[in-house]
Amino acid sequence: MATPAPTALETTFDVERIRADFPALHQEIHGHPLVYFDNAATSQKPRPVIDRLRAYYERENSNVHRGVHTLSQQATDAYEAARARVARLINATGPQEIVFTRGTTEAVNLVADAYGRLAVRPGDEIVVSAMEHHSNIVPWQLLCRRTGARLRVAPVDDTGELIYEEYLALLGERTKLVALVHVSNTLGTVNPVRQAIRDAHALGIPVLIDGAQAVPHMAVDVRALGCDFYCFSSHKMFGPTGLGVLYAKTPWLDRLPPYQGGGDMIETVSFDGTTFNEPPHKFEAGTPHIAGAIGLAAAIDYLASIGYDAIARHEHDLLAYATERLTEIDGVRIIGTAAHKAAVVSFLVGDIHPYDTGTILDRLGIAVRTGHHCTQPLMQRFGIPGTVRASFALYNTRDEIDRLVEGIHRVKKLFG
Amino acid sequence: MKDTIAERAEAIVEEFSLFDDWMGKYEHLIEQGRSLPLIEDAYRTDEYKVRGCQAQVWLRAERDNGRIVFKADSDALITKGLIALLVRVLNGQPPEAIAHADLSFLDRIGMKEHLSPTRKNGLDAMIRQMKLYAVALGGENVSAAPRGQKA
Repeated sequence: MATPAPTALETTFDVERIRADFPALHQEIHGHPLVYFDNAATSQKPRPVIDRLRAYYERENSNVHRGVHTLSQQATDAYEAARARVARLINATGPQEIVFTRGTTEAVNLVADAYGRLAVRPGDEIVVSAMEHHSNIVPWQLLCRRTGARLRVAPVDDTGELIYEEYLALLGERTKLVALVHVSNTLGTVNPVRQAIRDAHALGIPVLIDGAQAVPHMAVDVRALGCDFYCFSSHKMFGPTGLGVLYAKTPWLDRLPPYQGGGDMIETVSFDGTTFNEPPHKFEAGTPHIAGAIGLAAAIDYLASIGYDAIARHEHDLLAYATERLTEIDGVRIIGTAAHKAAVVSFLVGDIHPYDTGTILDRLGIAVRTGHHCTQPLMQRFGIPGTVRASFALYNTRDEIDRLVEGIHRVKKLFG
Repeated sequence: MKDTIAERAEAIVEEFSLFDDWMGKYEHLIEQGRSLPLIEDAYRTDEYKVRGCQAQVWLRAERDNGRIVFKADSDALITKGLIALLVRVLNGQPPEAIAHADLSFLDRIGMKEHLSPTRKNGLDAMIRQMKLYAVALGGENVSAAPRGQKA
């Protein structure tokens, strides 16, 4: 599918025109027009992505790589074109550096497993931050348990920023890898990953970046960042669920042992021994999520048609407006006030439990996330059971934030 | 005072039927949670936590003159209101009646459809725990096998 030409939206952002592309936004919940503020969990899908999935299943559906028939060739071409599209999105050297996984979580697990077997020994250390998602904690804990390595945690301050000097102090001869989130799903904090990577590399330490919350909101250039591994998910960036991306520098893909066995990752099999396919196929066991990859390419084209600059400007406006309006409400406390934030606002209303707030907001048609957001250590750091989280996407509006503010007033009245 | 589980449940259904809008029902539910004496601080420990609830829920039970007395609490008020209803219906009932209680009144008060799936799971976990307490404290005469409504 051809990349749509950039439109006038790059200069004048027409949110109503964008909203028209998302069928799911146009429905009522409990008699109210839906306000969808759970984008950090998953985003809604635009018509071009839905249409592309339908077209694939209606006309091209076939397995990839081994068929000589026409449909299989077409599916293979579209699947590999999607890989190339992802490579261009993040400025990888080429499609061979893009491994399709089931999601960010599987991408992290792949590296923890393969890199762990290649390089991690008892007494080694893995450095993470206190604001990591469970997906970027637990795989490393499992690795440490398997190998006798140790997990070290870089702390965050009261605003939700990484305490950089303490991060630096953790890096040393024993550090075998840094695994750091680009944008916190709970706090919205944008981490100084470029510097964190540079400082780790100065000591010869490879770096994995969890970019699940970054790619939907900002242009990511893996070569400019210099990271060794970068992971993200399709479904948070307007693509289908069940598909993720692991970017890895070519030398790593050559060195890492296979993760799972079977299917496409194999070159030849005999009972005397098996030889493996070239990367990235070496890491894609079994039939891949073909439709997911093709749908992701359509989502990337859609994002490109609007432009990251325009998206970032719009979302920054929403973040500033939401922060201002929420701060005006007596008793509302925003958790995460870093200087550099993406469009996520986590908050508490007085001592009202997040679940109570979320339940009433849902009754008013407003979808927010409540709870620990899979960052329990971070909740412990702030001494709270959870937060209410409103996370914005390019299709959200100031009017919707006004609805949230009205909803919070209803909540306060009910529980106050 | 109405004293069987079915009679108490019916009284609650009637109470909630007085409200025709959801806000009124929620207010009444929250009021229920606030007005009932719940658990002492000493029992707000992991030992008494109900697993499966996203909000924190504590529940304990003891036997008093052959009947079961429940104490419960939650840090979320909607959850606390739901527990309060369960405690109102089951408190002081014989173990056998609790173990086989029909608690479908929760479907009839018009609140359950407003609960998220995670909260429904939490509610189910709470009911399961209350019935388990009844079986455990009821002695050998109480079986956990379902026998339909007993009141």
